[in-house]
Amino acid sequence: MKKLTAILLLATALSAPGLAYAKDATLAIQTASYQGPPAYLAVYLAKPDGSYDSTLWVAGGRSSYYRHLRGWIRGISNTNERIDGITGASVGSGRTIEVGITIADALIDAGYTIHVDSAVEGGAENRDDVVLPLNSATSGQVVAGNGYVAALRVTF
Amino acid sequence: MLRRLHSLPGLFAGLIIAFMAITGVVLSLQPVLDHARAPAAVGISVADLAQAVSSNLVGVERIVHSASGAVTAYYDAGQGAAAASIDPASGAVLGDYVPSAFFAFFTELHRSMFLGMNGRLAAGLCALAMVVLSVSGLMLLANRLGGWRKLLASAKGTWSHRLHVELARLAIVGLIVSGLTGAVMSLNSFGLIGDTSGTLAGFPSAVDGGTPAAIASLAALQDLRLGDLRELIFPYSGDPTDVFTLVTSSGQGYVDQASGALLAFTPNSLGQSVYEAIYMLHTGQGLWWFGALLGMASLCVPALAVTGTLVWWMRRRNQPRIVGNVGARHADTVILVGSEGNSTWGFAATLQQQLALAGHKVHVAPMNGLAESYSSADQLLVLTATYGDGTAPASASQFLARLQHLQIQPGLRFAVLGFGDRSFANFCRFAEQVDAALRARAVPAMLPFASVDRQSAQSFAQWGQALGQQLGHALTLEHVPTLPATTDLVLLDRADFGMEVQAPTTVLRFALPDDRRNWLQRLMRIGHGLAFEPGDLVGIVPPGNPVPRYYSLASSTRDGVLEICVRKQAGGLCSEFLHGLEPGQTVSAFVKHNPGFRPQTGKAPVILIGAGTGIAPLAGFVRHNRRHRPYHLYFGGRDPASDFLYAPLLRAALVDRRLASLTTAFSRVVGGHYVQDRLRDDADAIRALVASGAQIMVCGGRQMADGVRASIDLCLAPTGETVSALKAKGRYLEDVY
Repeated sequence: MKKLTAILLLATALSAPGLAYAKDATLAIQTASYQGPPAYLAVYLAKPDGSYDSTLWVAGGRSSYYRHLRGWIRGISNTNERIDGITGASVGSGRTIEVGITIADALIDAGYTIHVDSAVEGGAENRDDVVLPLNSATSGQVVAGNGYVAALRVTF
Repeated sequence: MLRRLHSLPGLFAGLIIAFMAITGVVLSLQPVLDHARAPAAVGISVADLAQAVSSNLVGVERIVHSASGAVTAYYDAGQGAAAASIDPASGAVLGDYVPSAFFAFFTELHRSMFLGMNGRLAAGLCALAMVVLSVSGLMLLANRLGGWRKLLASAKGTWSHRLHVELARLAIVGLIVSGLTGAVMSLNSFGLIGDTSGTLAGFPSAVDGGTPAAIASLAALQDLRLGDLRELIFPYSGDPTDVFTLVTSSGQGYVDQASGALLAFTPNSLGQSVYEAIYMLHTGQGLWWFGALLGMASLCVPALAVTGTLVWWMRRRNQPRIVGNVGARHADTVILVGSEGNSTWGFAATLQQQLALAGHKVHVAPMNGLAESYSSADQLLVLTATYGDGTAPASASQFLARLQHLQIQPGLRFAVLGFGDRSFANFCRFAEQVDAALRARAVPAMLPFASVDRQSAQSFAQWGQALGQQLGHALTLEHVPTLPATTDLVLLDRADFGMEVQAPTTVLRFALPDDRRNWLQRLMRIGHGLAFEPGDLVGIVPPGNPVPRYYSLASSTRDGVLEICVRKQAGGLCSEFLHGLEPGQTVSAFVKHNPGFRPQTGKAPVILIGAGTGIAPLAGFVRHNRRHRPYHLYFGGRDPASDFLYAPLLRAALVDRRLASLTTAFSRVVGGHYVQDRLRDDADAIRALVASGAQIMVCGGRQMADGVRASIDLCLAPTGETVSALKAKGRYLEDVY
């Protein structure tokens, strides 16, 4: 227990400076019309070299199904990242979600990209349904995905 | 309490539970259809199958092996995501895979009624309510039939009650399984029970990254049979650092596409295995026959909801309103009622009315409402039914315990009147216990213990007379149970017997009125129209008296006449009226169904035993025995020359084999016999018939029925079988008056 407290304290100490320079952003996703149960979505950042950086939002609560969000699960598997606070319900056909996320200032206009993986039970799995550069020009811009994401907008 | 636990959820949730059950029945067809379509299980290795699929299908992304055995491959050949059915034996493409929109619709309807999480909550509560209903119903049934061991004994009561019990017995196990597993699945969908979906196997950190090997050569896939595969996800083409993702029946992991090694395999947790078993039990996916059984059980639910509501409604309708009830402390007369089906309350209301008219201050309460003292009471009158195997009815369960705390005022006297049905083994046993308990508390008795068989208004009136004598004033109790609407029947003809032997008996045949109801009214049994079978009862309301007398019917609606057999009783209002009836005159009558007195279905022999007018329903059974079941009739009369009722019919039936044997006993001839003597003479034959599954049906007077019971017990003694045991199995039926 003491050990856990120590880790938590340490984690807070390390992340606090980062938070000081973080921006509140809004993520809006509209899903396409399709047949089937609600879609699982993972929205995450990739480094300039294309490797996984961090998770922004996950829609869908069953962790056993996460393996179908393939690009994301591959990236997050070898980190100790917690997604407890950034997980919501899966999104049904033709629905829109709008959630608040946090993006560190330092990552904007630094070659990072926003990725969305999507999957539907009994349907398709899309790695990189949407890929969007994380720069000031794309903020608030609506882009279309090539899978279950009909439209994506990140405003920061 | 138990009854309320059963009726409240039933009434509130009955409709929606029935809806859930019907959608469940539809869904139970899916595993059955899948099973019928799926090819037989084969032992092909996953490596061979995956190799074949990947060479047959461009852009394959994953292969899914479902519980039914079907294999589906998902692929994207550049024109968007698509799916194909795969032959599990060869990996050949069978055609496009299109998931059933029909079952998808019903699945969503069943689990959430398209109302999202609120709908899922409602569905979960329904599942829970079904468990509560099943368990409380089971306990009620055990109480009613007199213990858990008698749970399979034949049920008695109205047709809706019997149907409710019979269907429930068929379906109960399935309903409890469906309800419990459904409730668990609901808890799971709300994330309220631990981790059932399994921990996620982390993506392996050490990947070979070399040139991908041929799929068929991957060791981890070669070792795996198709039967154990759940899902195989292919690596992205052109990404050598990606891996195969593998889900098997025992866990999940990854397979290196270069080395073929199994990486980071995580076995299923216990919780996950248990949950998967629960999921399989509820959906029948992977256990199609069990799903089909559950579906059949669920099919009973709408009928259970309807019959249950009818039972509740009849019980409620029979609950009388007591007008002018006096408080317990001020009453000089206290009436305590122990009732299960509320019919006893009707008698109590009549008693209360008449006593109040005679100037008494009367307090009426259920027996469980026994106060600690009745300061002004002079008489305590207990009217109680007996439940099942001699136990207290619901409204009297606390009475014997509470009686120990009753402060008995000097001058208080009591009388107990038991209500019951003599065809049950423990007739009025609880009432007798109450009588004995009051005597044990040294309360003086006003009247000896008395009983009323099958709501006999006559016995009740007699008891009222005796009570009036004790109270010092006349007490006329004319109990009129709420009667169905009567129909006027015209007498067609009559045949008289038994004049010479002082047993005037007449067979009366009435014309049936035209049935003007439509099919719906007939189905709902509303409106006029008489539908009856031999063994049912006709209630005849004599002129100048509202209390009906019941007679067993010797005919069915199909005969086009209503036939009864009436013995003239000296001073009997109704029998004298009927004996004075001439063709063309009318009576007011209604039919009371008596489904408890019918030959069982099947081919087993039936022993019919009747004396005097008791022959009437038995003759009716014989007349309609078109299937030539072996019917063995024992008839008792006084003199074959005078009161051999139905002799021509019975002789004709012997000739055309509607009757297997006829044995008669006449008491007023030289060397006279009673029918019970004949039975003892035929002990061997009776034993053989009972051993071959025969049912025994007895109709006649009380003394005759007692004698027959003793004779049959004597006949069966060597076999260890008894009348009470046969009764419990519904193989010994009595219609006694």
